[in-house]
Amino acid sequence: MSQFLYLYRMTAAARQEAMGTPERAQQSMQRWMAWMGELDAKGHLKDRGQPLERTGKVVRGHKAVTDGPYTEAKDLVGGFTLVEARDIDQAVELSHGCPILDGGGSVEVRPVMKMDF
Amino acid sequence: MDLSEHLFRHESGRLVASLTRIFGVHNLALAEDVVQDAFCRALEVWKVRGVPDNPSAWLMAVAKHRALDVIRRAETARNFAPELARVLASEWTLAPAVDEAFSSPVMRDEQLKMMFSCCHPQLPEETQIALVLNILCGFGAGEIGRAFLTSRAAVEKRISRGKKVLATGQRLFDLTDAEFAARLSAVRRALYLLFNEGYHSASGKTAIRSDLCGEALRLTLLLLEAPPAAAPETWALAALMCLLAARLPARIDIAGDLHPLLEQDRSQWDRRLVDDGLAFLDRSATGPAVSAYHLEAAIAAAHATAGSVDTTNWNAIVLLYDRLMAIAPSPVVALNRAIAIGQRDGPESGLEAARSIADSDRLHDYPFYPAALGELELRRGRVETARDLFASAAALARNSVERRFLERRASECV
Repeated sequence: MSQFLYLYRMTAAARQEAMGTPERAQQSMQRWMAWMGELDAKGHLKDRGQPLERTGKVVRGHKAVTDGPYTEAKDLVGGFTLVEARDIDQAVELSHGCPILDGGGSVEVRPVMKMDF
Repeated sequence: MDLSEHLFRHESGRLVASLTRIFGVHNLALAEDVVQDAFCRALEVWKVRGVPDNPSAWLMAVAKHRALDVIRRAETARNFAPELARVLASEWTLAPAVDEAFSSPVMRDEQLKMMFSCCHPQLPEETQIALVLNILCGFGAGEIGRAFLTSRAAVEKRISRGKKVLATGQRLFDLTDAEFAARLSAVRRALYLLFNEGYHSASGKTAIRSDLCGEALRLTLLLLEAPPAAAPETWALAALMCLLAARLPARIDIAGDLHPLLEQDRSQWDRRLVDDGLAFLDRSATGPAVSAYHLEAAIAAAHATAGSVDTTNWNAIVLLYDRLMAIAPSPVVALNRAIAIGQRDGPESGLEAARSIADSDRLHDYPFYPAALGELELRRGRVETARDLFASAAALARNSVERRFLERRASECV
């Protein structure tokens, strides 16, 4: 098994839209619980990960520090999860059920580099 | 941890009410923004970390935190609730004041005050109901529009007009106001209409119907928690809602087909709701006045406690309808009375009563008028007359559930 990082990306507008009304929030939450629960039940969930604040700092050379969010980026990473899968194809397939996809967001699937050589 | 049903909807009403206490009703939009923020945050955190053990407490803590933030960042506290201006201006008293607004008795009273404010006499009933659904039940304009078969834009207009009237009031309705009794009566009326909309709703969707009934009952139970609002009429209204809601599972089946009372499978009635309804009806039997809610609840109780149509005490039901006609006459009540007479004395008597309804012209587009005549004609063997009546009833149907039912009745007339 290999490890993959899911990076959840979404624009602020899409995030607001996914919330919409309290009932939409409820449905969205339930879909997330179902999806995460399934990953967990099938043994793919290595680490649930963490949500990320949408603000922060960007540090560049010469100690130039600017405020994030990174306004040039259309969609921000709102959180991450570490999963285990056979290969990237399976990791991609597992991500298809992620509710963020219904709300116009995306999942970036990144293999964790293997260090055993 | 599982999410309880409609968690966000119910929390939305509670949190907005408490935040409005702090920010003032003229800042209702700010209160709603803070709640929206808290929900967004919950979604982001919970979806990765899972739902916390006490989601309500979690949401409340985030909302409080945001409220403190908003107040500290504001130039002056004067623009928030005027009666709290001094308290909010000092860091010493700010946090306790915010805590207090979210304590459970205050939270309950704030919801009641909001409910009473929404039922402002200047607002038409449909606007009152839209406001209650939007602010206290967390329904979006689109969701209200779907339930009432109105466009989202029309509901939005209604809500924003209503909120303007709320904002001009400066503060929410005071529960010790001299107008309390009159306003309580308007609140009950709005909740009664909300329940009816769900029960008879033009919308064919079962889920929407039971949601509206559930919200109306939830808010009525909230009224019962507050002594001044827990008047006999309020108990009667709660009884009526429970007794009718008990029949919902048998009224519309899984396929979405309507089954009128006389042909319902009574084993599907919700016994717990029947028991609650009967207990509430007992508690309503204090005080001198018998209201329309008392009589309607008593009629519903007579049905709920009868094992079958044949063993129903139709005489008692006719007498209750007589009394209802005396205090709250309407052609629909008269029609239901005629149906009960038809059960007690036979179809000829029922038809006679139905045909002599004083203002029956107001029933000219009500599909269940010709349908009731059809049932009575069918029972006395006039099959063709019955079929024609069911066909004209089907032509008046307001939604596909009614249409399917009435067409089926017509086709059964052979």
